[in-house]
Amino acid sequence: MAVGLEHFLILSAVLFSIGLYGALAKRNAVVILMCIEIMLNAVNIAMVAFSRYGHLLTGQVFAIFIMVVAAAEVVVGLALVIAIYRSRETVDVERIDLMKW
Amino acid sequence: METGIAISFWILAAVMVASALAVVWLRDIFRAALFLVLCFFSVAGVFVILGADFLAAAQVLIYVGAIAVLIIFAIMLTRETQRGSPSGRFRFIAFLVGLLFLVTVTLVVVSTDWHAITEIPAEPTTSSLAQALFSGESGFVLPFEIAAVLLLAAIIGAIVLVRER
Amino acid sequence: MPEVALAIFLLPIFSFVVISLIIRPFLNKRPQLSWYVTIASIGASLILSLWMLVEVIKAPGHVLPMPDYQWLVIGDTSIHLGVMADSLAAVMLIVVTVVSLVVQIYSRGYMHGDPGYCRYFAFMSLFTGSMLGLVLADNLLFLFVFWELVGLCSYLLIGFWFHRPEAARAATKAFIVTRIGDFGFLAAILFLYAKTGTFDIGELQHLALVGAIGGTALTWAAIGIFSGAVGKSAQFPLHTWLPDAMEGPTPVSALIHAATMVAAGVFLVARLFPMIASSYEAIMTVAIIGGFTAIFAATMGMVMNDFKRILAYSTISQLGYMMLGLGVVGVGVARGAVALEVGLALGVAVGIFHLFNHAFFKALLFFGAGSASHATGTFDIREMGGLRKAMPWTFATFLIGSLSIVGIWPLAGFWGKEQILSQAWHYAPILFYLAMITVFMTAFYMFRLLFLAFGGEYRGGAHVSLRESPAVMIVPMVLLAILSVVSGWLPISEFLGGESHSFFGALASPMAWASLLLAALGILLAYAIYSKKWISAESMRRRFAPLYTIVSRKYWFDELYENVFVVRILVDGIFALFHWFDDHIVDGMVNGIAGGTIAAGREIRRLQTGQLQAYGLAIFIGILAIIAFFMIFG
Repeated sequence: MAVGLEHFLILSAVLFSIGLYGALAKRNAVVILMCIEIMLNAVNIAMVAFSRYGHLLTGQVFAIFIMVVAAAEVVVGLALVIAIYRSRETVDVERIDLMKW
Repeated sequence: METGIAISFWILAAVMVASALAVVWLRDIFRAALFLVLCFFSVAGVFVILGADFLAAAQVLIYVGAIAVLIIFAIMLTRETQRGSPSGRFRFIAFLVGLLFLVTVTLVVVSTDWHAITEIPAEPTTSSLAQALFSGESGFVLPFEIAAVLLLAAIIGAIVLVRER
Repeated sequence: MPEVALAIFLLPIFSFVVISLIIRPFLNKRPQLSWYVTIASIGASLILSLWMLVEVIKAPGHVLPMPDYQWLVIGDTSIHLGVMADSLAAVMLIVVTVVSLVVQIYSRGYMHGDPGYCRYFAFMSLFTGSMLGLVLADNLLFLFVFWELVGLCSYLLIGFWFHRPEAARAATKAFIVTRIGDFGFLAAILFLYAKTGTFDIGELQHLALVGAIGGTALTWAAIGIFSGAVGKSAQFPLHTWLPDAMEGPTPVSALIHAATMVAAGVFLVARLFPMIASSYEAIMTVAIIGGFTAIFAATMGMVMNDFKRILAYSTISQLGYMMLGLGVVGVGVARGAVALEVGLALGVAVGIFHLFNHAFFKALLFFGAGSASHATGTFDIREMGGLRKAMPWTFATFLIGSLSIVGIWPLAGFWGKEQILSQAWHYAPILFYLAMITVFMTAFYMFRLLFLAFGGEYRGGAHVSLRESPAVMIVPMVLLAILSVVSGWLPISEFLGGESHSFFGALASPMAWASLLLAALGILLAYAIYSKKWISAESMRRRFAPLYTIVSRKYWFDELYENVFVVRILVDGIFALFHWFDDHIVDGMVNGIAGGTIAAGREIRRLQTGQLQAYGLAIFIGILAIIAFFMIFG
């Protein structure tokens, strides 16, 4: 059975859903960041798959930008986690509710 | 050739999904982080299957090399390992939402006619990718520069945030 | 020619502008300048008025043709302004300019050294200009503007010494009470405009005479206009403001509240006489209100102790006479007892002739009051007495004025009063008897005032040295005294189209003798009580105690208006209702919305849990909902 575009897209969707579940269900902020990285990777797979099956390099260009943004995001995100950990001694998002009413 | 690709796809997909599940499943965050690295690796493999050689290399360098290390550093610095990675109060509804999302996207993917071109494009892609990025009119020079500024801002921001006061 | 007519009323207004914009800000060190400017402008107006009078006399039908100017065009409606140069306007111009000029001369002495000297003459100029404009207006809109301007000047001048609370209160009272009448006037103007599409007085009169407007509509319009006259001329039931208006400077009382502005009500009725007389009900109202006011005010005049208030009630009473004169002739016209053309002219002549004479002798009486208070420092006649010896000129002129107002032959007051009485005898006998009683009362209160203030011995404090007023005050009084004697001899009545009277022929009628007899009786009674003290005033007061109380408390009209009408009905009733509405409905709505927002916010903010993942979930549930929506309906 030949592997087509749909396979990659469904793989991407599965990976994205797993990341989504983790991002929404986990309490550790670092794990949430990890799950977000998984989601971004899932998107990258979809992008590159479109690029491959559409013969358009734009998809890969987008993937490169996503990587850049992901790098920036993880840097700032982790810096925030560490800053919060310093002041509150926790990275449990259920206990970080400063933005509450 | 086709069969080889199919076999490697299925293996990589299985490893990827399994390691992603492990990331969300395991209570030990350090192990979760290691499985994340495995997941990144398998994504790089998928990129290779898709003929994106440059991206596969970038994937290994950035994700496996930089981001994974950063995450492990963060785990160490926050010393949260003993508490593990418990699930929150939203786990059921989150599971439901994830599942629904998967079902929806799958339905969309299956029901759409993609007009996919099955021929394998010319390889390698590195130089043509550079062409696409930087070629005059249709290029991405400005977004590229903005991305550079974004990275700089992220670096400065990170330094400011974690600097000891 | 029209330029002259415009100049007559624009000159004093120009004087007002000069005084208030140039002299008061820049030359306040030399306030006398404002007096010169005022005198010059009013003097010029007087000369122009005399010239115009001559022109009107020469003109056929005593009407000068005047162009009118288009003032305002709104859609199809165009409003014209112009002046009306007929005999009525000419006579009124003379009255206003002469009295005003004399009052300005007198004011120089009376207001000497007052810190508000410039302001005083500025207001006086504005008043004179507005009054002249009112007289000349050929158009109800124009007339109403000047009508309100004289009301404003009256307010400003009653409250001239605004630092005295009574003066400020009296000014406000005058303004508000007249406003009640003016409301009717304005409503009538608008109503007439809606009916006929014109503000022009001549056209309106014509329309009323040919019957284009008539019936109930005309009656209501006429009564509305008359209500304006009632307010301005202090007729019953809006009479309460005039006695209080005496808080203003005495020359103001003489000019505004005796001779001219209060007579504007009479002038208005005269100006619109053909229209008002076309409605029997309306003109009957005028006659009844006039006759009743005449006797009603006279009763109160008999018991007052304030020099100027007695004169104020006398003014109200005399204005009532004028209204009565207009009214009874109008009643005759409406009944068809007189030919229309003759009757209309006759009514105006009867009313305005008395107005003409009254202006001079009443201004003179006020001058006497001012002179007396200038010497004694009070207006309370119980603290005067014996001024005859100290102030011979004041006494002599005041005596002439009193005899004139009482109606002694051959002084000015006799002629006007005689005409009114004879017309009343013809058309409204009941009102005639009321007017006859009023003659007696007038004689009594005027001579009570005269004997108490000028006769006997001085009853005030010993420290006051009584001295005659300066010449600048005496000369105007003498001038007015002369006019008070001779003004009745002028053929004003014929000029206005009324009956002529012969100098001695008037004595042939028994009615003249009857009224002279009643006047003499009144004088005699006053003499008996207050000069010779054959009858004790005190015992009279005790014998008629209930009557005395009623009258001296002014029939409780002030209390009725203030306590019952203002406090009970307005403050406790309508205003309380508005207050309740404001508190509960308006505020309730505002507070309800605010409270609802706060309460909703208090509950809805619970959505903002601060839980990052809750927000993430919400986002994805939203995305799923959108996708589902498009899958189902898309």
